[in-house]
Amino acid sequence: MKTWKELPLGGIIKDVGNTKDYITGTWRTERPVFLEDKCTQCFMCCMVCPDSAVIIKDEKVIGFNYNHCKGCGICAVECLSKPKAIEMEQEEQF
Amino acid sequence: MSKRVVMTGNETVAEAVRQINPDVVAAYPITPSTAVVEYISQYVADGLIDTEFVTAESEHSALSACIGAAAGGGRVMNATSAQGLALMWEMLYIASAMRLPMILAVVNRALSGPINIHGDHSDTMGARDCGWIQLYSENCQEVYDNMLQAVRISEHIDVRTPVIVALDGFITSHAIDTLETERDEDVKRFIGDYITLNSILDTKNVVTYGAIDFQDYYFEHKRQQLEGLHKSAEIIKSVGEEFGRTFGREYGFFEGYKLDDAEYAIVAMNSAAGTIKTVIDDLREEGVKAGLLKLRVFRPFPAAEIAEALKTMKVVAILDRTSTAGAQGGPLFSEIRSALYSESSRPGIVNYIYGLGGKDLTPEHIRYVYDTLRRIDRTGKIDRLVDYLNLREEGGQD
Ligand code: SF4
Ligand code: SF4
Repeated sequence: MKTWKELPLGGIIKDVGNTKDYITGTWRTERPVFLEDKCTQCFMCCMVCPDSAVIIKDEKVIGFNYNHCKGCGICAVECLSKPKAIEMEQEEQF
Repeated sequence: MSKRVVMTGNETVAEAVRQINPDVVAAYPITPSTAVVEYISQYVADGLIDTEFVTAESEHSALSACIGAAAGGGRVMNATSAQGLALMWEMLYIASAMRLPMILAVVNRALSGPINIHGDHSDTMGARDCGWIQLYSENCQEVYDNMLQAVRISEHIDVRTPVIVALDGFITSHAIDTLETERDEDVKRFIGDYITLNSILDTKNVVTYGAIDFQDYYFEHKRQQLEGLHKSAEIIKSVGEEFGRTFGREYGFFEGYKLDDAEYAIVAMNSAAGTIKTVIDDLREEGVKAGLLKLRVFRPFPAAEIAEALKTMKVVAILDRTSTAGAQGGPLFSEIRSALYSESSRPGIVNYIYGLGGKDLTPEHIRYVYDTLRRIDRTGKIDRLVDYLNLREEGGQD
């Protein structure tokens, strides 16, 4: 890690987007589990996730980035599919 | 070629701003600094400056806009007083932590409560740990000169730290004073061009300001922030010397008035110094070796230089124009007493709180202080380490 003399002035970040290197998934007590067969691909979960932790590949939701998902459960509440395509499970099960 | 002019303190601040022609002024007017903002908006309306003038809805927003503009790479200025400065508190720390150069003229006024609009130093003294450089001004000339030097100090590549230029409410801000101003082109040459560093508007070199900073880097960033303040000491000195060479008025950390051979010294800031000098002249004629140390730079605190100047005195009185707030004395007193601790021989030292809420400080009060210093010297006894000047109380000096 850098000493105070090596840091850019005023706490600025020059390698913008380095939040992805900051792992916050360990804060989670519950994790969202993606049930692919129930998903209608409405993208509501992507819009409401405060941590941009919903993974989209080839224009499809495929699951969650557990390095950054903090387990808030908003996606599971807001999921528009019936039955829901996201279930919250206790973290210790994994 | 300088010009002798007549101005109020507020007009002086605005005249310096006109000559500096900053990119952005974001401000919210408050007594007694209101006229500064009025003059600047007039200059903008009249096309005298091409400053972007932002009328914010509060001082918190005004300073926030200044921070944004400074992060965008602009030369930025602002003015406020008392409650206005208090409302900026949160953003004061953020401006200095982001190492953003900017100048904030603070017309000193008592903080409520009780509510009051007159001059004392409770506002800037309360902001003394916000990481800003603080320059104090005795009169309009010093206001003008401090404003111009503040640009150079704040923007210096080793400093990049915001600066407060302080002047006393009403006494300096509203009283008409004579001063010398310099030609626009000479001022322009002295302050130089703004050096943009890490602008958030530079889309080729994208940077983030104000990111979250936890146990891993917060402490390191705070230490780095201090470096700007530490290094500013030598820059303040060299800019003050260069200002002297350029315009004939040299500045240092403080002014010693008949201090070198003095036995009894008062330390004070801002307009009180004028009254003190008058009393010193009278006392000198009476054979009393009285002197004054008028502090200009409160942050960074020039502890070693002050200790050097005061260590040979017999007894010293520190005048604080703010409440002690339950401390061992006023902030100036605590700093100076601490600065003298490592000297092998130290003068006796007492503290006077004066002028709160604009209460008068007359030559009689100053004379009383020097009389007390001489009595302490004779008797070796300090009755009151911290006392109050011109306060109605039983057994008081008034
Ligand atoms: S639980 Fe919260 S953080 Fe995790 S993916 Fe769902 S909305 Fe995002
Ligand atoms: S909100 Fe539910 S249904 Fe919609 S994309 Fe996300 S998981 Fe699929």
